[in-house]
Amino acid sequence: MDFKSISQLKSLLDENKISIKEIAETYIKRIKEKKELNIFIYFNEDKIYEQVKEIEKLPNDKTLKGIPISVKDLFCTSNMPTTAASKILENFKPTYESFVTQKLIDQGSMFIGKTNLDEFAMGSATNTSYFGNTINPLSKNDNPLAPGGSSGGSAAAVAADLCLGATGTDTGGSIRQPASFCGVVGIKPTYGLCSRWGIAAFASSLDQAGVFSKNVTDASILLEEIAGHDQRDSTSSNVQIPSFSKNLNPSLEGKIVGIPKEYTVDGTSDEINGVWEEAIKSLEKKGAKIKYISLPHTKYALPTYYIIAPAEASSNLARYDGVKYGYRAKNPKSLDDMYEITRSEGFGKEVKRRILIGTYVLSAGYYDAYYLKAQKVRKLIANDFVQVFSDCDLILTPTAPSAAFPLNEKQNDPIKMYLNDIFTVPASLAGIPGISIPYGHDKQGLPLGIQLLGKHYNEQEILNAAFALEKDYE
Amino acid sequence: MKLDINTINKIAKLARIRLSEEEAKDLLKDMNSILDWVEQLNEVNTDSVEPLANISSSILPQRKDEAKDINSADEILKNSPDKLEGYFAVPKVVE
Repeated sequence: MDFKSISQLKSLLDENKISIKEIAETYIKRIKEKKELNIFIYFNEDKIYEQVKEIEKLPNDKTLKGIPISVKDLFCTSNMPTTAASKILENFKPTYESFVTQKLIDQGSMFIGKTNLDEFAMGSATNTSYFGNTINPLSKNDNPLAPGGSSGGSAAAVAADLCLGATGTDTGGSIRQPASFCGVVGIKPTYGLCSRWGIAAFASSLDQAGVFSKNVTDASILLEEIAGHDQRDSTSSNVQIPSFSKNLNPSLEGKIVGIPKEYTVDGTSDEINGVWEEAIKSLEKKGAKIKYISLPHTKYALPTYYIIAPAEASSNLARYDGVKYGYRAKNPKSLDDMYEITRSEGFGKEVKRRILIGTYVLSAGYYDAYYLKAQKVRKLIANDFVQVFSDCDLILTPTAPSAAFPLNEKQNDPIKMYLNDIFTVPASLAGIPGISIPYGHDKQGLPLGIQLLGKHYNEQEILNAAFALEKDYE
Repeated sequence: MKLDINTINKIAKLARIRLSEEEAKDLLKDMNSILDWVEQLNEVNTDSVEPLANISSSILPQRKDEAKDINSADEILKNSPDKLEGYFAVPKVVE
C-alpha cells in the first residue's frame, strides 16, 4: 500500500483499513530494503513492535497516532541510544527524553529509528558522521549523491518513503538545505519556538528544531505538535501556538513578497535562478505583490556564522571529557592525558576544526577582533530583516546554490562546503522562520528547492505561501 | 598567515585535544584559510553597533528558582565509563 501523507494515513486508520501493526510491518520492510543508503544510525524492529503495543492503547484522537516518524540522532531518546553521529557518544543511552520527541510520543507517533547526520550537526552533506555517509535516495546507481546536511538522514528517510515525517535541527540551514537536496518539505521555525531541551547542543544561540515532511500540510501538523514553551530551556518562548494546519490558506491576495537582490550570487546554477523566477511569477499570478528589496549585509552572513557557531560549539562540546558519559581513551597516564586523548580519538576532523577555531576566536586577545565583531555584524544582519519586514510579509529566495552534489565532492575544501549555506545562514542569524519546498527539477531530474522566510513567530505566513506554491507541482 | 604551528598546538592544548604532527599541519592550513576568509568582516563599520547575543524578540519568561530532586545518582552515573561507590572515577590526580 502507498502512503502519501500523514493526513491520508490518518484517514486509512480512522476507517479501519489498516492497523498500526501493519503500518509498522510495511515500514520495517521498506527500511530493510533500503539499508544500503545508510539512513539510520539506530534501527531495531523489536523497539518498533514494543511501541505498537503502547500506541494501540492510546485514544483515537491523538493527532499522530500510529504515524511513522524518524528522529535525527541529535535528539535524546530514552528508549533508543543517541550518538550525535560521534564516536564520543557511541554508547550513550540517555536517561531522559527530549522535549520535542516527548511531544511526538504523547501524540502517538511511532519512532522507526534514529537518523544519520553530520557529527554534532557540523556539516552540509552528512559526510562527517562517524557512522559513514548517507546516500541521497534520488541518486542514480553509478553516481551516489549527498543528501545535504546536517539532517541528511531525516530528509533522506522522508524522500525514500521510510517514514511520513522526521525531526531535524537547523543551525545554519541543516533542515532547509537537505530538504532541498532530497525533494521534501523542511521547516525551521523561529528561534525559541521549540524547546532545545534534550537536543545535543551545537551553537545554542542558533540551534532550532524543526521537521521534514512530504507536503506542507503535514509540516504544519508536525510543527504545531512539537512547538511550545518549556521551562527547561531559558530561550524557549511563551507564545500562543496557532493551529497551523487548520489555518492553512493558499490565498496570497495583497501579500507583499520581497525578492532580495543580494541572493543573486556567482556560482548559483541557471536552473536554480530559473525556478526562483518561476516561483516569483507564480506568486504574482496568485495575487501577491512583488517587491525587489535589499538585505545589504547578506555577504557577511557566512563569515559571521563561521565565527559564532564554532565559538559556541567549542564551549558546548567541552562537556565531552570522558568522565560523565561517552567514550574514554584506554589507559591514560594522567587526568590531562585522559581528556586530551579521549577528545582526540572521540571527535572527527570537522568537529576538531570547529572546536579549535572557536577556541581561538574566544581566546584572550582575539575575542574582540573576532567574536565580538561577529556579534555586531550579526546585529546588522538581523536589522536588515527587521527593516525589510516593515513593508514585506514574506521573502522568497532559492534554498541552496546547487542541486544535490556527488558524495565526495567539496570534501577537501571547508570553505567550499560552507558556501552551501549561503542562502540559509542569514535567516538563522536573524532567528526568523524559513521553509524549503521542492520546486521544479534540474536537467538531470534532481529536485530544486525554494525558500520562504517570514517575520518572527509568523510561521503561518510562510506555511500559507508554501501551501500555495506547492500546488504548482501537484 | 595568522597562525603558526605553535599557536595551533597552544589552542589544541586549551581545547584539550591532542593533535598528531600531521593533524596539526592539516589544521594549520584549513584554519588559516578560514581566518583569512572571515577577515572580510573588517570591511563593516560596527562602531555604534551593540553586539547581538540573544535573538529572541519575545520577552523570555522567568520561572521560580526552586530546588527539585530531578534525578537519582544512579541515573546520572549510568553512562559513566568508570565509577566507584557513587562517584565518577578518573585517573589518580595526587600522588
